[in-house]
Amino acid sequence: MTFVSTADLLAILPELLVMTAGCLVLVLDPLTPKDRKDWLTYLSLAALAAAFVVSYMLMGPLTGFPRRAFSGLYVLDAYGIFWKLLLIVASALVILMAKAYLKLEEIDLPEFYAFILLSLSGMMVMVSGADLLVIYLGLELMSLSLYVMAGFKRYELRPLEAAAKYFILGSFSSGILLYGISLLFGRTGSTTLAGVREGIAALPSGDPILLLAMSLLIVGFGFKVAAVPFHMWTPDVYEGSPTSVTAYMAVASKAASFAAFMRVFMEALGGLKEEWRMLLVAVCVATMILGNVVAIVQTNIKRMLAYSSIAHAGYALIGVVAADAFGMASVMLYLAIYAFMNLGAFTVVTMLRRGGVEGDEIDDFTGLAKRNKWAALVMLLFMFSLAGIPPTGGFIAKFYVFMAAVGAHMPALAVLAVVFAAVSAYFYLRVVMVMYMREPGETAGTPGYNVRVVASPATIVVLLVAAIGVIVLGVFPDQLVKAAQSAILPLR
Amino acid sequence: MPDVILNTTALPHLLTLLIALPLIGVAVMAFFKDEASVKHVAFWTAGLEFVLSLPLYFWFDPSRHQMQFGEVVPWITTPSISYAVGIDGISLWLVLLTTLLTPICVVCSWTAITSRMREFMITLLVMETALVGVFCALNFVLFYVFWEAMLIPMYLLIGVWGGPNRIYAAIKFFLYTLAGSLLLLVAIIVLYFQGGHTFDILALSRAHYSDHMQAWLFWAFFVAFAVKVPMFPFHTWLPDAHVEAPTAGSVILASILLKMGAYGFLRFSLPMLPDASVRFAPVVLALSVIAILYGAYMALAQSDLKKLIAYSSVSHMGFVTLGIFVFNTQGAEGALLQMLNHGITTGGLFLCVGLIYERTHSRLIADNGGLSKPMPRYAACLVIFALSSLGLPGTNNFISEFLVLVGSFIYNKAIAAVATLGIILAAVYLLWMVQRVAFGVPSEKTARLPDLNWCEMATLVPLIILIFWIGVFPNPFLTPMHASIEHVFVLMDRGSGLP
Repeated sequence: MTFVSTADLLAILPELLVMTAGCLVLVLDPLTPKDRKDWLTYLSLAALAAAFVVSYMLMGPLTGFPRRAFSGLYVLDAYGIFWKLLLIVASALVILMAKAYLKLEEIDLPEFYAFILLSLSGMMVMVSGADLLVIYLGLELMSLSLYVMAGFKRYELRPLEAAAKYFILGSFSSGILLYGISLLFGRTGSTTLAGVREGIAALPSGDPILLLAMSLLIVGFGFKVAAVPFHMWTPDVYEGSPTSVTAYMAVASKAASFAAFMRVFMEALGGLKEEWRMLLVAVCVATMILGNVVAIVQTNIKRMLAYSSIAHAGYALIGVVAADAFGMASVMLYLAIYAFMNLGAFTVVTMLRRGGVEGDEIDDFTGLAKRNKWAALVMLLFMFSLAGIPPTGGFIAKFYVFMAAVGAHMPALAVLAVVFAAVSAYFYLRVVMVMYMREPGETAGTPGYNVRVVASPATIVVLLVAAIGVIVLGVFPDQLVKAAQSAILPLR
Repeated sequence: MPDVILNTTALPHLLTLLIALPLIGVAVMAFFKDEASVKHVAFWTAGLEFVLSLPLYFWFDPSRHQMQFGEVVPWITTPSISYAVGIDGISLWLVLLTTLLTPICVVCSWTAITSRMREFMITLLVMETALVGVFCALNFVLFYVFWEAMLIPMYLLIGVWGGPNRIYAAIKFFLYTLAGSLLLLVAIIVLYFQGGHTFDILALSRAHYSDHMQAWLFWAFFVAFAVKVPMFPFHTWLPDAHVEAPTAGSVILASILLKMGAYGFLRFSLPMLPDASVRFAPVVLALSVIAILYGAYMALAQSDLKKLIAYSSVSHMGFVTLGIFVFNTQGAEGALLQMLNHGITTGGLFLCVGLIYERTHSRLIADNGGLSKPMPRYAACLVIFALSSLGLPGTNNFISEFLVLVGSFIYNKAIAAVATLGIILAAVYLLWMVQRVAFGVPSEKTARLPDLNWCEMATLVPLIILIFWIGVFPNPFLTPMHASIEHVFVLMDRGSGLP
């Protein structure tokens, strides 16, 4: 009996590609002469391209026919591949945007790309795991790489504080997640999603240990997607980490966590749907309110985007709470569109330099339209998209989660969501306001003065992809909608 | 969709062309480096747009209530949303008003805008696309996309090119209207589930909704539309936005944007929610009458010309909502004509204020006295617009306000009587304003002002022609409305019936 068959290996071929490339970058780093280090970046991008193509080819015959691998611990289905494609694209864009930024910050080390790849492989395992422990392994691989990346500016205090905070709180939440998994195992005798589902079905309803386990899982995943009240780490970590890492956390790690979150709750805990929906509604409402309201008073754009990312987690949670096919598709759609607009916004942040440091105060955007009209224009686009104003992608994303809420007979949730969407317009528009309606010298003497805009070909590519993505997904969303709707998990 | 007709004309995709043409103009601008050419591109785009919109009137079949020049193309599969456009006798006039005023706005900004000319023209043209789209959309989601998309250019128009307090005005405008319209979005989604899983406006207008549901939806619609109109007490963003906006912004805001709210009442609230409309009509009518009187009363007290006209807009738009919610043909046609007239007259008044502001850099009545001597042509135009605004017989507003009052008299005599007071107050504040601005003693500064040149006259003359045309011979304007307005009441009748 062989433990690993060719079919199994084929199923994880994209993961293998990414993981191997990540290790290869680490190994080749000391062997590469200093002036050739860029080749390692290209190697990472090539691995991502290969993984994208392989994933895409695996997608074709899968729609509706999931294939299991590694004795049912791993599943290859359209759902997982949708997320993988999204994560691969997001990672590639992060690598591109990081290149120029890391050079400016003088921390352009090949390890960065290796950690992106390792983290990505963790995410890919997460979205395809059919076993709670496999998902946990993927989650830890993702998180450990992110902890290191958060402290990548290792000579500065703030990034180190961010990394330490992230590590401690992250480990704590992982522990809680693991505790939840162990309780589930104790009650149901299984860690596979299918086994847990059967175990729950066999137990009488209202089993207190099951409910405790479910709550612990919500805490664990809530931490990863930055939902209130498990969001405390987000502002500090987002502000302190290098901006490219922040973007990666806000987009990719959030998407992967949502993917695993939904898979675990729809597949394994489908039997407790009424219970977890009740809890999640509260989390969702709190997340939307706190994220949007606290973002208003921020003066640092990374902190503002941190609270905005909390708020967006709240919107995406609406789709999870809806807990039906439409809701699931709306979450996938939301995070896909969110990836483009958020990556774009963070990329613009990396381009601003105030003296030798990054211009991450909102005041640094003052008069940007006069300094660099293209940077200001795309930032305007991303801000309006984050606020959910048509014809941008952000509107489509919000439209679908609102549809999901009303479709699941929760119009009150939709009303609450739109009220706080209106609130959010205030702080997104503030960025537009300082860029377009203030003169560059207007804040002389304050940090806004003497801000340069540094553009490199790689950042321009990222901005173009993000801007075109935001517009195309806003005007012609049908392809992505169809893709998301055909890739949902089977409802049980 | 049986309610949408594709008129077999020489221009098959006319409405789509009208929606897209301003964007094409924006793309063409990219090929020109200097600002002078950019202005010309903007002007010719807007001009061509107007010329192309004229066939809408000539090829329009006034005997039918159906949507004409229709186009339906699938847009999103699940939920089924199509790109559906078409116009009837209601939207026809608002589309034409938009295409007429945009080139005028381009011309009036020719020298008035001194910074970022290219961005200004782009904003103006994007605005035109959104506005034409709003009035043509036959799918609720499509409607909403245009309805909201319009916020972006308007926010920039006020905030970038506005007066000293522009940032406050821009954000106030944006948040007010966004908060209102987001509730509309939820209402649209609820309608989808209640009205048979469709976003088709015409199908939704035929479906039945429970009384309870209608009440909820009515108020969600009401907030969105009332903020846009704006009705008392949602009007407070309007004076700020008008005062700070550049002339072109004020003209678009007053003449077209405010109509979106009234259009919403006529297109959505009445046909879709007939029972709730009838049930809550007293509230709307009371607010309308308050707006008429309160707007006029506030206008009396203003020393700033733009603020005066802004409050007069609140008053005049009160007649529109009054006419819509008395549920008879006279009232509704009067309201629709009043929308058109208010667009023409108030647009003209704002242009006049802009012209004098360019010369004296003040909008205060006190700073702009006695203009009839140095600027006779200007004074003449101002007097004509003012007289039209106060509803002098022979001008356009007389016809529409008369129709609205006839309609409200049929509905309730007391309301008509009180609303008439608004016309008297209008005469007071407008004549007083004209007396001070046109016929006072010119100060040293104003005595040497140059009169209007031909280019400036060209922006006002078309509006003056329309004022007298509608005032003397309104039939060509009323005829296309009849069938469509009648149809609104046919749709309403499927409810519990009219009073």
